[in-house]
Amino acid sequence: MPRTVRSISNEAAIVGIGATEFSKNSGRSELRLAVEAVKAALDDAGLAPHEVDGLAAFAMDNNSQTAVARSLGIPRLSFLPLTPAGGGGGCATVAMAAAAVATGLAEVVVCYRAMNERSQQRFGQPKRASWSGGPATSHELDQSWVLPFGLATAAGWMALVARRYMSEYGLTSEDFGRVTVQSRAYAATNPAAWFHQRPVTLEDHQASRLVTDPLRLLDCCQESDGAVALVVTSLERARDLRQSPAVIAAAAQGCGPDQVGMASAFREDLTTAPETAIVGDQLWAQSGLKPSDVDMGVIYDHFSFAVLMQLEALGFCKPGEAAAFVASGQTAASGSLPVNTNGGQVGEAYIHGFNGIAEAVRQLRGSAVNQVADTHVAVVTSGSHVPTSGLLLTSEEVS
Amino acid sequence: MTTDWSYAPTRDRLRPGQSPDTAFFWSGCDDHRLLIQRCADCGVLRHPPGPACPVCHSLESDHVEATGRGTLYSFAVHHYPPVQGFDGPAVVGLVELDEGVRMVSNIVGSDPGSLHIGDRVKVFFLDQEEGWSVPQFTVIAPAGATS
Repeated sequence: MPRTVRSISNEAAIVGIGATEFSKNSGRSELRLAVEAVKAALDDAGLAPHEVDGLAAFAMDNNSQTAVARSLGIPRLSFLPLTPAGGGGGCATVAMAAAAVATGLAEVVVCYRAMNERSQQRFGQPKRASWSGGPATSHELDQSWVLPFGLATAAGWMALVARRYMSEYGLTSEDFGRVTVQSRAYAATNPAAWFHQRPVTLEDHQASRLVTDPLRLLDCCQESDGAVALVVTSLERARDLRQSPAVIAAAAQGCGPDQVGMASAFREDLTTAPETAIVGDQLWAQSGLKPSDVDMGVIYDHFSFAVLMQLEALGFCKPGEAAAFVASGQTAASGSLPVNTNGGQVGEAYIHGFNGIAEAVRQLRGSAVNQVADTHVAVVTSGSHVPTSGLLLTSEEVS
Repeated sequence: MTTDWSYAPTRDRLRPGQSPDTAFFWSGCDDHRLLIQRCADCGVLRHPPGPACPVCHSLESDHVEATGRGTLYSFAVHHYPPVQGFDGPAVVGLVELDEGVRMVSNIVGSDPGSLHIGDRVKVFFLDQEEGWSVPQFTVIAPAGATS
């Protein structure tokens, strides 16, 4: 009789990571980017395409699992989940993979995100068509309460939350800017980052143009072309593979109350990130770890202030205190919780957070360019203020 | 160039999607009435409207006409990239109506530099050339003033 699995904690590991270069114009198809990243991740793990039996992707990815499987000659798949909510679904692909591995639905699951998000489909551009006039989908209905009034971008929707958060805690644009300055400092020393060797100052942040006041250009992540893939298998099998495993100590999804589109401006409290808190509660419960056990974090930075709200939602800071935490250097390399050491999505690339998961794996392997000494526990979050997800990854010494 | 903060678009705005659950709201706007959905069983008001009461789960609903007065709960000024229908910045308010529900709309007639959370606002309706109407709000008293 197979044993009954009651937790996915420490059952699976990320054993391979792969990526393309990060650019503004890849010059290649999105499917090719996906295939390149999957191939690189399998090579990194020392596994072959025919050993893959699961492919997990974002519902938003333009590359179907069948197209990726066919391109790589993967003959048999038994597990093909898609995760919702754009950038909120990143860690969720790994959660699905871990659950599948823990329960026997699949043995080797590759998760991927590939997009020409600068050269083909720019997420920073406003919605152009809201409604065809036919029966509206629930998504179109959600958008109907903001689009007619000129809020048609992610920055626009998030700005309403940013203003209320600022007001509640007496924060300023500079408080948001310090998040970006820190990330760009990490990017400056990361050769894979688009903004390699291009740090910014707080003055640069303050001089950058208003996108949706109170958010400035340097509060927003960049737009990027590129792909990242991750290979997940059982911890048992991981021990026979090429790389030291990044053990999935916890993985979870979260959706909060009164979710409407992005930012959910109608919900009672706009000063917290409830989806992230729901994820965090599960991460701590599954793993038995606590915030003070975490050595570094990859906190989804679609917008600077969202990093602050997530640090609070995860319990690294009390409500309203994350800005002071960042200002005092705690997220810098010498701080108590280095954050987004690859430069984040504002500095390295915007691959819907998948490049950040790869960074956490490198930190646990000890192979990151901005390596945090003695990293054994890393937390990763996906996009906040939408249905989201998160991971706690550990080196094997902890599990 | 100075911005005319009394400007609000009367054409080319992105049209709202509608369903049988939400059409009453937009019909009300066409009649220059601001309508809030109400649960026909427990009486709780809700916005945005939907098919069921999230409190008592009743599928029965009607609506009430709002006073049109409320308080600015948050606001944003969209500058870039330009959004269809808006030639200049879009001043967007998150308004908490006196009835307790929130809605997103434009704040017309105020330099956004003078706006504050807590400002008292009042609705008006702006007919669109395409034959529909949007609710808009204007400040009637600054935050902290008794109204």
